[in-house]
Amino acid sequence: MYQYNEIDQTLVDERVAQFRRQTEQFLKGEISEDQFRALRLRNGLYVQIHAPMLRVAGPYGLFNSTQLRKLAHIARTYDKNYCHFTTRQNVQFNWPKLEEVPDILAELATVQMHAIQTSGNCMRNTTSDHLAGVCIDEVEDPRPYCEIIRQWTTLHPEFDYLPRKFKMAVSGSLNDRAATQFHDIGLHLIKNHAGEVGFKVIVGGGLGRTPVIGQVIKPYLEKKHLLSYLEAILRIYNLFGRRDNKYKARIKILVKESGLDNFSALVEKEWLLIRDNNELSDIRIDAIKAQFAPPAYDNNAEADKSFDQRLQENKAFATWVKFNTAAHKIAGYHAVFLSLKAPDSPPGDITDVQLDAVADLADHYSFGEIRSTHRQNLILADVTQSDLFTLWDKLDALSLATPNIGTVTDMICCPGLDFCSLANAGSIGVAKEINEALDDIDYIHDIGDLKINMSGCMNGCAHQSVGHIGILGVDKKGTEWYQITLGGSSENDAAIGDRLGPAVAKDKITKAITTILDVYIKNRLNDEPFLAMVNRVGVTPFKEQVYADS
Amino acid sequence: MQIVKDKKIIDDTWSYVTDGAELVNGNITISLARWNQNHQQLLAHEGKLGLRITPNDTVDEMAANLHRIDLIELEFPDFADGRLFSHAWYLRNRFGYQAEIRATGHFMPDQVFYLSRVGVNAFSPEKTEYLPFVLSNLDDFTVKYQNSTN
Repeated sequence: MYQYNEIDQTLVDERVAQFRRQTEQFLKGEISEDQFRALRLRNGLYVQIHAPMLRVAGPYGLFNSTQLRKLAHIARTYDKNYCHFTTRQNVQFNWPKLEEVPDILAELATVQMHAIQTSGNCMRNTTSDHLAGVCIDEVEDPRPYCEIIRQWTTLHPEFDYLPRKFKMAVSGSLNDRAATQFHDIGLHLIKNHAGEVGFKVIVGGGLGRTPVIGQVIKPYLEKKHLLSYLEAILRIYNLFGRRDNKYKARIKILVKESGLDNFSALVEKEWLLIRDNNELSDIRIDAIKAQFAPPAYDNNAEADKSFDQRLQENKAFATWVKFNTAAHKIAGYHAVFLSLKAPDSPPGDITDVQLDAVADLADHYSFGEIRSTHRQNLILADVTQSDLFTLWDKLDALSLATPNIGTVTDMICCPGLDFCSLANAGSIGVAKEINEALDDIDYIHDIGDLKINMSGCMNGCAHQSVGHIGILGVDKKGTEWYQITLGGSSENDAAIGDRLGPAVAKDKITKAITTILDVYIKNRLNDEPFLAMVNRVGVTPFKEQVYADS
Repeated sequence: MQIVKDKKIIDDTWSYVTDGAELVNGNITISLARWNQNHQQLLAHEGKLGLRITPNDTVDEMAANLHRIDLIELEFPDFADGRLFSHAWYLRNRFGYQAEIRATGHFMPDQVFYLSRVGVNAFSPEKTEYLPFVLSNLDDFTVKYQNSTN
């Protein structure tokens, strides 16, 4: 993975010094509340219900073991012994003290981490495929381009005060696991007719209160033009994006209101004027690519015989392998998911003890690297089949081996009313209740691939509109209600879920979900997955049952 | 009244002429709207001319006359309005404007590093006591990832 050079290190160190100075000036009354808000947000610091919340960047979801130990240390020293992985591959601390945040940032800088631009109306952390570089369906590894974009977006002087936040995602595989169609800019590495690899550029997608599927603005962009094209889009957005209404300020609204053709003409005109002075050289690309060179794989990993034997002997192990590992491009290797969705733990949360232990496991079994996923789990990406059994055993002891990846209890969930000042309704408690109702793992496995996404408000941090089942918390005269949508997807078949009907009360939401699952089990055809069935029959059969019961 | 220009605190020698007011002697700044209405009369002015632009203005409009302009003021109505950063970039990079670009109004002393990188070389902060902050904040970073205008 990418290692900082002197410039990278100096930049984060100077950023820490700058924020320390800004915090001191704020505490002395030399910077107003309003101005400090803009400055702290650009360093990942929100003010929440109970305390500030600090969001640390996980650059395209990649961490090393040293960084994980540092997160554990921060959780122990400055927080309440845990942190939270988000849907954008970042890490959040829920209980830091404002005056200690500069110290936390200084600690992070010592392990090549930062919280720069993890919030605020600026370009955010670029996300990517959590299986980048190891999956079997990859056109090209997207991570070097993510790093190039990370550097370009970091402290970009012209685009730090945009109309609204701006998120980019890069995918390099045939199956989109980075939700590129739901980002302000989505980049997809593809091959053209000549067999050269470049980018398909998608613009104007987004979730939140107005979910929109992005549109292709450039079917094929040569790699050397990546940054000039991004610059052109950002400049047009900065100048013409709406600033009169924050709910209409995202680029998706600009693209929609001006029409893709008009928007694209403006971008093209700007791009042609800057393109030739701003090319990415092959030397630069190759230098960054070298930082993502494959680790020293064992060419003989497949020769191991113990793995097959264990699979046959141990049903629980076999089940875990089936649900919590993914195919790897190197024979004899697997990518292993660490489920942060144990039934009794809030989705995405991890303790300091678990973090330290995962760091050790990464060092022993996966070249010292860890990834975070969009569904708030972790991955050890390079594990040999001969190590899987031992690793499973150790993960199980850490409560990180719940065999539920991609199933109904692998819910995405925002912090909700328990922590977030924006939320209208609780989400962690509902997730727990649904988990308790679904306590039969065989039933969960029988349901199979089903993604539930639940947000505590319209801002949609948990991407409920693209959940196969989406749950959205709303406030009705001071009580918590939940709207249900069915049929959303953030993958190749991108879709926004259809509303099932009126919102249901808090004491009815779990029953509504189990009813939906029962309707699916009774009406599916053979191995038909949930999403396929919803697409075939629509919401009506589900609706009839859910509202008949209430 | 003092400002920061080219990393030094200096006295401001320019007079701000509001729309509709009589022109005064010496160096004056006028709004882009006034310039567009009667720039013939303004070109006859004996002192130097400066233009004040706001985020809503389009800088292309004045490209042809930039050689007659010795100062462009970016008037910030709100520090969060980032359009003026792009306007500054256009003036320096697209139109080759060489003279002074000055930030005025409601910008933050903590934005001057970015402003300097898109070509702003003078700063007239909201409060005089901000002048030392402006000066020191210009040196917040010694490294950068992108091309700079300054």
